[in-house]
Amino acid sequence: MIPGVHADFSHDNGWTFLVKAVLIIVFLLTSVLVAIWFERKVVGRMQVRPGPNVHGPMGLLQSLADAMKLLLKEDMTVTAADKFVYLLAPMISVFCSLLVFAVVPFGPSVRLPWTDWSTPAQLTDFPVAILYVLACASVGVYGIVLGGWSSGSTYPLLGSVRSTAQVISYELAMGMSLVSVFILSGSMSTSTIVEQQTTRWFFIPLLPAFIVYVISMIGETNRLPFDLPEAEGELVSGYMTEYSSMKFAWFFLAEYINMLNVSAVATTLFLGGWRAPWPLSAINDGMFNEGWWPIIWFLVKVWVLMFFFVWVRGTLLRLRYDQFMVFGWKVLIPVALGWLVLLSVIEYVRLGSGLSRGKLVTVLVVVGLVVVALVTFWPARKRPVQPGPAKGATFDAFAGGFPVPPLPGQTLPPSARAARRPVVVSTSAPADAGAGTEESQEGTR
Amino acid sequence: MTTTSAEAALFGILAPLMVLAALGLLFVKRAVHAAVCVVFVMICLAILYVANEAAFLGVVQVVVYTGAVMMLFLFVLMLVGVDSADSLTETIKGQRWIGIVFGIGLLVVLLGVVASTSHDLPPAVGLEIANAQTNPTGLAAILFGNYVVAMEVIGVLLVTAALAGLVLTHRRRLGVHRNQRTLARERVAAIPQGRTLAPLPAPGVYAQNNAMDTPALGPDGQPLEHSVPRVLRIRGQQKTAAEVLTAEETLRSRLGLPSVGVDEPEAAITDGVSASPTSDDAEEARD
Repeated sequence: MIPGVHADFSHDNGWTFLVKAVLIIVFLLTSVLVAIWFERKVVGRMQVRPGPNVHGPMGLLQSLADAMKLLLKEDMTVTAADKFVYLLAPMISVFCSLLVFAVVPFGPSVRLPWTDWSTPAQLTDFPVAILYVLACASVGVYGIVLGGWSSGSTYPLLGSVRSTAQVISYELAMGMSLVSVFILSGSMSTSTIVEQQTTRWFFIPLLPAFIVYVISMIGETNRLPFDLPEAEGELVSGYMTEYSSMKFAWFFLAEYINMLNVSAVATTLFLGGWRAPWPLSAINDGMFNEGWWPIIWFLVKVWVLMFFFVWVRGTLLRLRYDQFMVFGWKVLIPVALGWLVLLSVIEYVRLGSGLSRGKLVTVLVVVGLVVVALVTFWPARKRPVQPGPAKGATFDAFAGGFPVPPLPGQTLPPSARAARRPVVVSTSAPADAGAGTEESQEGTR
Repeated sequence: MTTTSAEAALFGILAPLMVLAALGLLFVKRAVHAAVCVVFVMICLAILYVANEAAFLGVVQVVVYTGAVMMLFLFVLMLVGVDSADSLTETIKGQRWIGIVFGIGLLVVLLGVVASTSHDLPPAVGLEIANAQTNPTGLAAILFGNYVVAMEVIGVLLVTAALAGLVLTHRRRLGVHRNQRTLARERVAAIPQGRTLAPLPAPGVYAQNNAMDTPALGPDGQPLEHSVPRVLRIRGQQKTAAEVLTAEETLRSRLGLPSVGVDEPEAAITDGVSASPTSDDAEEARD
């Protein structure tokens, strides 16, 4: 037993780890194939069209065909590319995305059929498992950043610069929403956090943190509406513009595995992990929370979140870059920070006074309502009107001999250069038609 | 607690690679390659921390230094320019020699420490006690129990530095802030002056022409002059819809198809709405 970790790995040996690792890789790769099909199908239905339906039953083999096509395409290396980093970048992306599932619990201890030998349905766990997930995510961004830089081209570089800024901004909010889970569960190990959610799933007491996490996880995986690093309308394909064939496929793979990663982390931290939802969990003294059943609940929860990803993609438009940054820094981070302070205060008072959480929350809500009522109904004090510069007075920027900007309340006179010339348009008169024939023949040749 | 063989093997593999990457930092030509070398050294260092049972330190090393600090470095490197080289002039006089002297001094001290301990290294003590309640809990008890004042002071220092950053980069807003709502109001208020709420229509797309200089056709079949960019109209470089449509007519005549009526531009324009069947006909004629 590792101290502070609920799952018991003491019976595992090298072979167990190897088999589990291979199973996780197989699970991830097949899930990506299914996820691509799923996304195209769901987005198709949302846009009132059938989606892929030609290859295989219900188009299920479409993503396999796409993968084959990508494998067989010519692998190009751009002349201006920095060869080593250009090759390294997609590898970093895929490698880091594959690492995260090592600490995700698929279920509790499972017994292998026809033996009496049981092992946790999880590759490994340690006291800082969630921080390890954050570390993998932050190293994975190097793939995007270096890929964009090494392509030696403008659009990829812009995409990678955007990606850097995006990840730095959204990882802060994400980290702070995770901290509230740490505070409530008193642990950073995934199996212990799932164990702590036996009676209540954390998304109920930590709803603000859950919302912040869900928003920032979409930002973290570069999905619409936050897919600015690869915005098609602006940057062609962003950081992967100059990539083709298998190197492109690696980026693609990493993106989808990352979606699965963040969904699995959200499931583990906020949605009770592998625990069965309420009416099922009460059946037969928790029968559905033991053995192999929990893997089903885990997968269902992950795919509900994947559906949410696709739903958001089918519904929302891409944000403008400045709005996106303002949202991250002025909304998400302050909300996450404020929530964290509030939660810490509640926990501190609870530990000091021994009151129950319910009483504390009631007291806080009452105090909050009183404060809001006081602020709303407090008689407003009349403010003396500030004497400002006279309105309408023309402002001479060069009055002091050198140009100065206008002060608040002053307006610049219209610039001499700003005047737009009226457009003189020669309307298409019917008489022009015959004369224009030869010219247009030249133009269309 | 002594070094196990697995730990020794890990160290034996990672340490030479780390030294190579650290030397790479000194000798590579491009700044981004140097950054990649540093990232490699940092991650290997984190692995060694974890192997030494300092799991929290190892992971935080990656999250904070590799994930945030190095990323900001890389950000600046990329913004400064892909091909910019460092200036090699010394800004402080004798900088290079001072650096070399200090470097040799550090090397001597480190070698001295290694030489004095390497022949008989006693086994580490106290690791089990320190990590009894998991590594992060033990660390937290020390940091926030024994060194709480130091932690608070560092926190205040960091907040001050962050505020200083804000103050130094702050620009006073001189005009009124125009948000989305005011912009929308201004747009609506400008309708009497001839401004439209929606964007201007895109230039026309015809069977043989989708250039910027051709006006689109409105729902009534008449060309929309303002769909051509203003600059082209000022320069007089726009085409008329009739020109494009007559070009299609000449193609029809070249292919020996019956004409739709070149001499009547009105008819040509209304026909132009369904211009694609014409080009389909042309395709068939070629086949």
